[in-house]
Formats: sequence, C-alpha cells, structure tokens
Amino acid sequence: MGHDKLHFEIPAKTRKWCFGLMGLGVLSAIVGGVADETHGQYWWAVLLICGFFFLAVSLGALFFYALQYAAEVAWTAQIKRVFEAMFSFIPIGLAVILVVLLAGQFHVHHIYHWMDSSVYDINSPNYDKLIADKAVFFGAFFWVRIAIYVAGFVLFARAFRKWSLQEDESPSTELHLKQYRRGALFLVYFAVFSTTIAWDVLMSIDTHWFSTMYSWYIFSGMWVTCMIFATLLIIWLKGKGYFTKVNDSHVHDMGKWMFAISMLWSYLWFCQFMLIWYSDIPEEVTYFKTRYDNYMGLMWGVFFANFAIPFYVLIARDAKRNIKFLQRVGAIIFVTHFLDIWMAVVPGTNHGHEFGHHPGFGKSLLHWGWTFGMFLGFLGLFIFIVLRTLSKAKLVPVNHPYLNESENHHI
Amino acid sequence: MANKVFHVMYDDDQKLMDAAKALVSQGIRVKEVFSPFPIHGLDPVIGVKRTRLAICSFMYACTGTALAILGTWYFMVSDWNWNIGGKPNFTWIENAPAFVPVMFEFSVFCGAHGMAITYLLRNGTLPGMPASNPDPRTTDDKFVMEITTDDNNLSASDLEAKIRATDVYELNIKDY
Repeated sequence: MGHDKLHFEIPAKTRKWCFGLMGLGVLSAIVGGVADETHGQYWWAVLLICGFFFLAVSLGALFFYALQYAAEVAWTAQIKRVFEAMFSFIPIGLAVILVVLLAGQFHVHHIYHWMDSSVYDINSPNYDKLIADKAVFFGAFFWVRIAIYVAGFVLFARAFRKWSLQEDESPSTELHLKQYRRGALFLVYFAVFSTTIAWDVLMSIDTHWFSTMYSWYIFSGMWVTCMIFATLLIIWLKGKGYFTKVNDSHVHDMGKWMFAISMLWSYLWFCQFMLIWYSDIPEEVTYFKTRYDNYMGLMWGVFFANFAIPFYVLIARDAKRNIKFLQRVGAIIFVTHFLDIWMAVVPGTNHGHEFGHHPGFGKSLLHWGWTFGMFLGFLGLFIFIVLRTLSKAKLVPVNHPYLNESENHHI
Repeated sequence: MANKVFHVMYDDDQKLMDAAKALVSQGIRVKEVFSPFPIHGLDPVIGVKRTRLAICSFMYACTGTALAILGTWYFMVSDWNWNIGGKPNFTWIENAPAFVPVMFEFSVFCGAHGMAITYLLRNGTLPGMPASNPDPRTTDDKFVMEITTDDNNLSASDLEAKIRATDVYELNIKDY
C-alpha cells in the first residue's frame, strides 16, 4: 500500500501532556469541591457538563462513522480509524453520566428536580402536578431508557470496531456490507435515542420546560464538536508524519463539515430561541427568562462565537484549506461549544447563584478557573483514550474496499 | 501573418484532457475549450484562473442583508411602529430577532440571483444571446479545443502536426 507509518505510537511528550491535564483536572475537582458554595450542586453540574460534552463528541463520532457506511462514502475510508478511536470513549462518558444520575437519585445533589419523590405526593407541600403527570416517564421507565443508551451505544460501537479490525486480517465484501447494514440500522436507533438522551440528561433539568427543537440543537452540537476534534487530530497526525495520503482535499472537506455543521447548530439555536421569544408563552419562555435575567452576555456571546467565527472565517475556500485557520477556529469554537453545554445546564441547576451570592471578580475567576480545569482534565483523558485506541490498530484500514478511491480524492 | 484557428474535436472528455496535458507540456497555449459539461480538473491544466464568482456572491448577499435591515427599520419601526404581539417596536435592535428571517431570506435571494445573473452575463449565455461555440455538437457529445497560431510561436504546419499527434476525432482549420 506504500504507507510508511501504519502504526501509531503516542509520543512521550504527548503522553506527559495528557497526564498533566488529567492531574490538573483532579486538582481542579478538589479545589472545586472545597470552594463550591452551593452544597455541591454546581460541582456536580460541572461534572455532568464535562461528562456529557465528551460523551457528545464520541457519540458524534459514532454517528458520523455509521453515516459514512450507510451513505457509502469513499473519501473518509482512510481516516475512519480516527472516528473509531473517538467513539472508544463512549463507555467512559456514559459512566460519568451514570455516576451523576445515581448521585442525583440518592439525593447527593438536586440537579434533577423530578428525582425528589415528594413532588409526586399529592399530600406533600412540594406536590407538583406538572411533574406528577409525567410520573411514568420519570419512574422506572427512565432507568430503562438509560439502560438502552448504555447497551445500545456500547454494543453498536463494539460491533463496528470488531468488524473493522477483522477486515484488516481478511478482506471480504461481506464484512463491508455488514457494516453498511449496521450503519443504516444505527442511524434509525440514533434518530430516536439521541433525541431522548438529550431530553433525559439535559432538558429534564428545567423540568417544567420542553422544546421539540432541543434535541436537534444538542445533536448538532455533538456533531460539530466531533468534526472539530477529528479535523484537529487528523492535522496533528499529518504533522507527525502519519496519513501521508490524506491530501488537501480531505482537509478541505473536513473544513466544510466544520463550517456546515456550525451553521446547522446556529440555525437550530436561533430558531428555538426566536420562536419562543416571539410567541412569549409563559410555560415556554421560562428557559430563556432565566438566561436573559442572569446570563445575557454569556448567552449571546456563546451564540455569536459559535455562529460568526466559523461563518466569517471559514466561508472562503482558501480558509478551509488553510491548516492554521482550521486549527484556530476549531480550538475556539470547541471551547465555546463547551460553554454552550454549560449554558444548557447551569442556569437550570443554579439560577445565577452558581458562584455563591454576589461573588466578586476574584471569586468568579476562581470558580471559572476550576470549571475550566475540570474541562481540561476531561480533555486530557479524552485525548489519551483516543490516542491509545489509535495505537492499537493500523492507522489506515488496509483492506477497505474504498481505500483507493479515498487516496485519489480530489475536489 | 494571418491568424489560423484550429478547432480540435475529441469524442471523449478524457481524450481531450490527455491531449490538453500533452500540448500544454510542449508549451502550446490552449485558448478555449467547449464541452457539454464541466470537465473535472481541466481548469488548472489549461491555465484558467480561479473564478471570483463566490466573492461576487458574498458581496451581493451583504447588499441583501443591508437592504433587509434598511427595509425592516423603515417599514416596521421608522415609518409606522407596528405593534405585533406586544413586541418592542420603538427601536430596531430590540426587535431584531424577529427580523432575522427576513434578513436571512433576502441575503439568500440577492446572493443567488446576483450570482446567477453575473454568471450568465459574464459567459454571454443570457436567454436569446447568440451562441459562441464553434460547433453545435459541443452541446451534445463532442468536445472542442480552440488553439490559434497568434497565441503560439509556431508555424501553422508545426502546430497542426503536434495537434494531429493527439487522439483527434476531427480537425477544422479556419483563417481569420
């Protein structure tokens, strides 16, 4: 095949960086645990945000991988191991979410108001008719859904990976067609359960509020963060002398995905906001009322960063082919998408008091500091898991039927 | 010396592509290619510059956005304050989210129409304009390459010999 470097090894320096970041994350978690003034509510919220954000990146990778098979895409054939490596994080992401949910169920925190059993009791002063009416949805059925997510995502990911490695050993069209069928099946599964996981894990924080666009908005965020991470990883690997046959056209196409899905996210974010803002119905508007009252600057800042930066910087063809542009824009909007998940969670859990009452500049800085420290800790863990999986198999699937077409990709 | 124009016809886009590569590598300048469809990767071979149509489109779309802002401000705020569902209607900026769909649609409208009209004008292919292709078969299944002696420092016979060396389907030579 002529690939000089098929086996990836984690450079010692990168390994040190990953462990350094993880150490910073643990330190930040300890600092956060001590400094937190919300009885642990905000600390758990940050854990949920970090867990969900990186689970979302890996779920985006699983979705994109299945999409490539279902749509018979050829140009991504030689970079598909990158997506396999990214979705190998799914079990860890799910485990973090599970810890947060179980802690909520045992009343360690009160992120999920509906986990309080007294809201279902008609004789209790806490009785809440709107939640009590959804008792079936939030009862045992909730944990059934969680079990379906865990089982489904893990099993699909394992099958894709297993067949992909088998293909390296013995080329067979049958294996490819199996992947194709399973990819199509996964898209159907994901259409349903990417929606409900967004409801269950994030939207149910604002229990009284609901929006049919919410799951699409969360899903587009998953997809765009996945494309950013994959693009940056591919560029990094190319810089290290791997992927010699990944050419300008592949980079250009990854840039297009980054640009296009940023626009999808912006469209969905704005449509959800605009329709609710315009109709101004009390039961709908609560979500944005909390954000308007306490987070006006951050809310619009996150939206404009995630919309305007990729739009104006990446719109030109030359920009999408320029590695420096992709790296910088990608790094910025990766962080601002993390802030987007922060905006989806914290206003619902802490209502503007996440740093305590009337925090000064120093205190806000401290709390933002350990919040980002935990994000960096998870980032280090994520990068390490991805690179470790990448080092366990050939970097390019040598027997993929579309490999030749992918190597000759030209746009 | 009179200018001689060679209309070199090929019956396959790949043959034309190979011929163009062979001729260009001998320093011959290909003036124009007529083809029923775009030939992938031909532009850099015959030295066609990258189109600036995308830049035009961006400018048309910006014009559209500006016009939509001006329009919504004048119709909805300045000329008569429309009160729709109690929305703030005394400043443009407070009501801006409601105007975003208009701004979006008008940007797309101006960008797309401006681009299409520019394209048709630039290529001389507006409806009713005379066709500029030398042979009607280039709208069917034939591909024509136009080479002139004026563009090339070669005698007509040398040029013809080099052209004949490629996989030609038909060659028409005209004097101008």
